[in-house]
Amino acid sequence: MKTSIRALLTLLAVLALAVGAAACGDDDDDGGAGGSEPASTESGGSEQGRLIQRDDANASKTFTVGSKNFAEQYILGEIYAQALEAAGFKVRKQLDLGSEQVAFKALRDGRIDAYPEYTGTALTSFYRVKTDDIPRDPQESFDQLAAELEKDNITAMPQTPFQNTFVITSTKETAEKLGNPKTLSEVAEKAGSEMSISGFPECRQRTDCLLGLRDVYDWTPKFVSSQGKFADLDEGQSDFTFGFGTDGELSLDKYVTYEDDKQLFPPYFVTFMVRDSGVEKLGESGRQVIEAVQEPLTEEVMQELNSRVTIDKQEPEKVAGDYLREAGFVK
Amino acid sequence: MSAILAQAGGDAMLGCEPAPADRGAFVDALDFIVSQRESISGGVCIGGPGELLDLGASHMLVSLVAVVAAIAIAVPAGLWLGHRGRGEFLAVSISNVGRAVPSLALLAFFIAFVGIGFTNVALVLTLLAIPPILTNTYVGVRQVDRESVDAARGVGMSEGQIVRRVELPLAIATIFSGIRTSAVAVVATATIAPLGNVQSLGNPILEPQTYGSAGQLGAAIVIALITLATDVGLGLVQRAATPKGLARTSYHTSERRKRLSTIPIPRRTQTP
Amino acid sequence: MSAGPLAQIQIRDRTGEGCVAENGFCPDWIAENLDKYWTPLLEHVYLTVVSVAIGFGIAFSLALLAHRRRWLTGPILGVTGALYTVPSIAAFFLLLPITGRGNTTAIVALVAYTLLILFRNITTGLRNVPPDAVDAARGMGMTPRQILWKVELPLAMPEILAGLRIALTTTIGLATLAFFAGGGGLGEQIYSEKAGTGGLFFKSNVVVAGSLAVALAAVSDLLVLAAQRLALPWRRTLRTA
Repeated sequence: MKTSIRALLTLLAVLALAVGAAACGDDDDDGGAGGSEPASTESGGSEQGRLIQRDDANASKTFTVGSKNFAEQYILGEIYAQALEAAGFKVRKQLDLGSEQVAFKALRDGRIDAYPEYTGTALTSFYRVKTDDIPRDPQESFDQLAAELEKDNITAMPQTPFQNTFVITSTKETAEKLGNPKTLSEVAEKAGSEMSISGFPECRQRTDCLLGLRDVYDWTPKFVSSQGKFADLDEGQSDFTFGFGTDGELSLDKYVTYEDDKQLFPPYFVTFMVRDSGVEKLGESGRQVIEAVQEPLTEEVMQELNSRVTIDKQEPEKVAGDYLREAGFVK
Repeated sequence: MSAILAQAGGDAMLGCEPAPADRGAFVDALDFIVSQRESISGGVCIGGPGELLDLGASHMLVSLVAVVAAIAIAVPAGLWLGHRGRGEFLAVSISNVGRAVPSLALLAFFIAFVGIGFTNVALVLTLLAIPPILTNTYVGVRQVDRESVDAARGVGMSEGQIVRRVELPLAIATIFSGIRTSAVAVVATATIAPLGNVQSLGNPILEPQTYGSAGQLGAAIVIALITLATDVGLGLVQRAATPKGLARTSYHTSERRKRLSTIPIPRRTQTP
Repeated sequence: MSAGPLAQIQIRDRTGEGCVAENGFCPDWIAENLDKYWTPLLEHVYLTVVSVAIGFGIAFSLALLAHRRRWLTGPILGVTGALYTVPSIAAFFLLLPITGRGNTTAIVALVAYTLLILFRNITTGLRNVPPDAVDAARGMGMTPRQILWKVELPLAMPEILAGLRIALTTTIGLATLAFFAGGGGLGEQIYSEKAGTGGLFFKSNVVVAGSLAVALAAVSDLLVLAAQRLALPWRRTLRTA
């Protein structure tokens, strides 16, 4: 009896060790090479001026890029990481930090050197600025954030061309039912409190979300708490949903979005927040790489990249690599 | 929602102060539990016993419905299968393997396929709760003294009477053990009910920008306490429901007594 | 802003049709992407086996301790029970400030969950040993230690192995949550888009990952059952959850 049990336990132990050896030690990715096949673009090569130059002086520096845990964040993190790699840095990635609280703590503690954050989110989550008090002008809000971050020894890199703010969405059928309104004010008038809107659980209590609709547009739809967003629209769980401006699903021809004419939603541009120690590592060339690589990121482009992840189910690492190649930053 | 909502514009209208500054993770969390404060992003009052009570009530309601439904399904099934001596594979093996399904994934699957809302969330939780109760009921009945059953049959009891008057009381400790396991699992999983449009104590955990780390940790503590209370509470109910003749399910005496006992029908006896 | 780069990034024309785009159950996609689940599956096995092994070691020691000093049983049951009732998601939040992100936190939490199941089953198994057998052994002149290792533990094996089965399957399910603590395992494939598996709302993904977990549990269950039948052919007693 005992020999059989012992044999089994030994086998399990050996198995565990083997599996452990095989699966262990991949918490710090040393940066992938991006996708494998070259993307098919119409314009052939890249403009010479855009190609990222490898600087051997960077080889001795290790830069850790972090990100939060949803598609757009993964993509942005990968883009910055792969770009810095192309510039010769040794890059480590920590792309699953979680919510902004966790990510910001990691940044301040020095576990990461930088991560991309939304201006609106940073101001409310880290500096307790009320949503209503955030300047709606993109430059003003950025300057306010940059000033606050400086006190924490963090530098806010120039913000991206795209912003990813809330956008109320519905199906085409719902829009037709309401007479095809174009702005949120019109929607608020026509849709009563009988219609419903779905959003992530937190939305119910945020002034830049459901409460904002009530305060600014005088519209109190029924709230459905779920992560489904567009799935909710498709399944008829709700009439409207709080989508995000760069959501991949918006590029499908199925949904209608409405203009935020009263500027309820604050700006949500992305800024690559870098610790001062990280800024030193980057140097001038590193900073230029960051600024250059985010330049083509318009809302349309970001939506396309998001689509590749959320709709085509590609890996963010590959999508970022394809983007850098298609835009001519790497070969 | 008991939270006092802000009127447009004025902070002075909000019935609560902004959260106190960081004083350490656990201190902040405890403060969140006992006092109401303004949310991190502003405009809403969160925290404090009022809101936690509200969320807790919703949390326990969906959990209760799920456990009761699971009992209603699994106990009769387990009793029947156990009495007949059939279906061990279903009641034990399949049940056991069912525990490996990640509850979060199950919930998501359900939401995607079946939809959100109280009924659907309760349904998923019921599915989650059935395996331990089914297994334990089946095994509990199988472990009843064959002599007791035979004696009861000899006395002239019908099969149904045997199940109700002999097997069920003797198996009750084991059945309850399964119910406790299920209840704990259900209360734990109900944490993510907000993803299916059912409010629960998981809300603060899922809403970091409103509740902050203090809120998340505070809610986690409350959830842990409630789950503990559920287990202890059901333990008390178990004690009350166990027939006196069997005394407590003590590791010293009950198993031994069952084995050594030659008295087939449970009646009041002294514990040796 | 220059118009150049825009022209070079392919904006595809999506109509939202097709199995994958509609988040359905797509066998083709599954066949193509099954390899994305392999390494995480191995990590998952690793997390499970390590956690259960450590948990078994601790529970076994505690059970032996409580075997000699019966009064310890109650308190140990209390503590392990308390650990068990702390729900996993809450547990990670409580642990994160202390043990940080990564596999360590995950393993600590998983070990804590197995303790109650294993301790309870080992203890019950030892208690259920027929007193006649112990008396007989004593009559043969065996020392308490010999009685323990040659009589009591072997007779307690069915209960112990039953506990092992339950601990393994429960841990397999819980180990998916290691992802939220920064650990590895199948959690990343299930819950995030990072692995290129489509995340939580892609039906194909959830079905594959769930099936893998179930398959893992079935295999581990069968292994333990086989060990039990091999080692103890004379016993076919059922034990509880």
